[in-house]
Amino acid sequence: MSRRAQFAAALAALALPFAAQAQDLAITNATVATGDGSAPIEHANVVVQGGKVVAAGAGVPVPAGIPTVDGTGKWVTPGLFSAVTDLGLWDVEAVSESNDTEADGSPFNAALDVTPALNPASQHIAISRAGGVTRASVAAFNGNSIFAGQGAVIDLADDAGLVMKPRAFQFVELGEAGARLAGGSRVAAHVALRNALREAKELAALPAGSARQSDAMLTRPDAMALAKVLDGIEPLYVGVERASDIRAVLALKSEFPKMNLVLVGAAEGWLVAPEIAAAHVPVITMPLRDLPAEFEMLAATQSNVGRMKKAGVKVAIGMFTGGNQPRYAPQQAGNLVALTKLPGAAGLTWGEAFAAISSIPAEISGFAGKAGVLAPGAVGDVVLWDGDPLELSSAPQEVWIDGVKQPLENHQTRLRDRYKDLDRTYLPKAYDW
Amino acid sequence: MRRWSASLVLGLVLSLTAQSADAKKKDKDEKTAERPYPSTYKPYPGRPTALVGATVYDGRGGRIDDGTVLFADGKLVGIGGADMAVPEGYDRIDARGKFVTPGVIDAHSHLGDYPSPAVEALSDGNEATAPTTPDVWAEHSVWPQDPGFTRALANGGVTSLMILPGSANLMGGRSVTLKNVPSLTVQGMKFPNAPYSLKMACGENPKRVYGSKGQKPSTRMGNFAVNRQTWLDAKAYMDDADADRDIGKDTLAGVLKGDILVQNHCYRADEMALVIDMAKEMDYKVSAFHHAVESYKIGDLLRRNDICSAVWADWYGFKMEAYDGIPENAALIAKAGACVIIHSDDENGIQRLNQEAAKAQAAGKRIGIDIPDAQVIEWITYNPAKAMGIADETGSLEKGKMADVVLWNGDPLSVYTRPEKVWIDGAMLFDADNPKLRPVSDFELGQPGEGDVK
Repeated sequence: MSRRAQFAAALAALALPFAAQAQDLAITNATVATGDGSAPIEHANVVVQGGKVVAAGAGVPVPAGIPTVDGTGKWVTPGLFSAVTDLGLWDVEAVSESNDTEADGSPFNAALDVTPALNPASQHIAISRAGGVTRASVAAFNGNSIFAGQGAVIDLADDAGLVMKPRAFQFVELGEAGARLAGGSRVAAHVALRNALREAKELAALPAGSARQSDAMLTRPDAMALAKVLDGIEPLYVGVERASDIRAVLALKSEFPKMNLVLVGAAEGWLVAPEIAAAHVPVITMPLRDLPAEFEMLAATQSNVGRMKKAGVKVAIGMFTGGNQPRYAPQQAGNLVALTKLPGAAGLTWGEAFAAISSIPAEISGFAGKAGVLAPGAVGDVVLWDGDPLELSSAPQEVWIDGVKQPLENHQTRLRDRYKDLDRTYLPKAYDW
Repeated sequence: MRRWSASLVLGLVLSLTAQSADAKKKDKDEKTAERPYPSTYKPYPGRPTALVGATVYDGRGGRIDDGTVLFADGKLVGIGGADMAVPEGYDRIDARGKFVTPGVIDAHSHLGDYPSPAVEALSDGNEATAPTTPDVWAEHSVWPQDPGFTRALANGGVTSLMILPGSANLMGGRSVTLKNVPSLTVQGMKFPNAPYSLKMACGENPKRVYGSKGQKPSTRMGNFAVNRQTWLDAKAYMDDADADRDIGKDTLAGVLKGDILVQNHCYRADEMALVIDMAKEMDYKVSAFHHAVESYKIGDLLRRNDICSAVWADWYGFKMEAYDGIPENAALIAKAGACVIIHSDDENGIQRLNQEAAKAQAAGKRIGIDIPDAQVIEWITYNPAKAMGIADETGSLEKGKMADVVLWNGDPLSVYTRPEKVWIDGAMLFDADNPKLRPVSDFELGQPGEGDVK
């Protein structure tokens, strides 16, 4: 076995679903939001067997003998799906030794693959899990190139096998950030992108063992990685905000018809929403950004998502990185519901807002019908909430991933328990554990 | 051709040194006591208004169901129940099903100093050229056209806010307290007669910024050494009748005399305890610890020393000194009887201080700390006003105070709620139902999205 094949086999093993003891379970008489965009259903049941969802809805029969949780007064949803995160890539964001999100000293770019760096024991994962997040896509940050490299899709279960899909997408920054990385202008970024794709195409067409042209600018691994983007095997996530930058990205579709594009950011998406919809390019965005934080987002508004959705764009809430963490997704979604009461604003219905943090990011990430939704055959990721999951006062009480009940303890909960009282009469706090 | 000017300068120096020491000290003290760059803020006209039928949180822990709030001529006239009569000539607003709170106050903002767009040309929040810069004043960096002010008003109901220098320096400079009323000048926003604060920072930032330049401080012990010597130098300045006026030492002298408050960026419990002792050693008082993610470990100490903790609801993990941040921080501080402030330090967070307070409340409730809604509203109104030294004038709904009022379209602790109307000194400056009654900064005129709902 070649070294490369060994590596691939090792990664494939890592990606195998962890064969933990999936429980059969039913939750009865709860308010159930299935995640598919529909309104919540009261007095409904959810049944999970063999680690998969069997059924969810009102009047769903509960198989005899199955362990049952009384959901009266509670809410049940699929696990949240967070698109474009840095989960598992750091312990403390600003402690560079613990942070694998970017490699600005690396000679590689598109070939970079987050998979081997992902750490299921990161507190960031445990804390997100306690917030009801069960699946996520993980992207690297750009180092010294417009290409950040290849991201992965993970589950957040408390076990070693977190990778669902390695090399799930490639990430490229265009717009202001891309311009800087490419040498100073958007012009340079677009030339860099096209040249890279051309080199990838040429490399892919070369007979095995033959030499590349001497003027190649990409390393061989980078060019190989981009060949998968050209073929549409790996979607290309494109970071852009400005309306004109979005148009320039959509134009790539006619030049490279097999490429699967996903817009990440799109703060000014509402200005070009019909074009995005017509191109069938989905969007992952952080919706409450409403300031002209950069010149490329002068038209930023919280109504961006509502307006794009109305124009027919598939929009997911995502981009949770650093201090802006995946567990805040329900707050972002809830605010979009609030906009429906605000004159002149465009928001989402409750069902649409919840779908934007569950089924839609799962679909964009390649798991339509498999994650982020309580539908027959979907993964058995279920969250039992103590109230309306989008409301600030609510929190998960129980979380199952692939039908396995998850621990919700972490560094934060242990600190909380230690300092619930400040009594140090008989021993220092260090003995309270 | 330049000789004459040189001799003139020489003459000036001579005449100054000829002054008596007493006269010079008097001059120094008078200059320090002056308030240059004075506020030119004047309340805008308002109409006598009655908000009738609302759930009222007064900002001091009080709650009135089916309440009435009256204001006229910029001041609160009455806060009461359904039996409170609405005087003649008042505009009556039916607030049934809605909520009324004091205007939201942010004790930690960098709006104007780090405005949007976040370009280098407008980045004026950290004078990171020396570890102590008590001579710089945040107001001299405020760009009044920062669109962030408008979002804080419309989405956050923010009526007053304190703009602080950043935390690169041990002593970052003077803060400025603003009314969130658009103006061409910072003087036009300055909260009349609000005390100044000195921004201080402990921990990672100063030692990183200066250590990376190969200078002191590069360690936490260096942080304290530089601070202590700077305080001693300020005391010597105060005692030295012959000292030339020093703008930075004026600020420190103001702190030591109790005229200027101290807002101290500090994350870790052990460092806060050291700062408390430094304040005792040098004889000044810390008004609030900002960020204070570990206050929950020392709620008793903070209560005894009467120091507020200005905190986020649940930020954690972004830097080493934030690794022990927990969502129950605010509730545990409150349980210990210490003062809680929910602050933003963020141009987005300032739009949702009510939501952050609600999250912090909920985290407490889940461990059995039940803090009533009316008390939670204090965290974003009266308590920040207290830490900023303006609680006699705003921060609560009490007769005679400034009519800084938010009418919410629902429960302000719900994610589904937004400000419907906001009054500052009795003037209606935001109305969700009137597209023209929302501010648009010069910067956004003629841009895509001008005047759009944000």
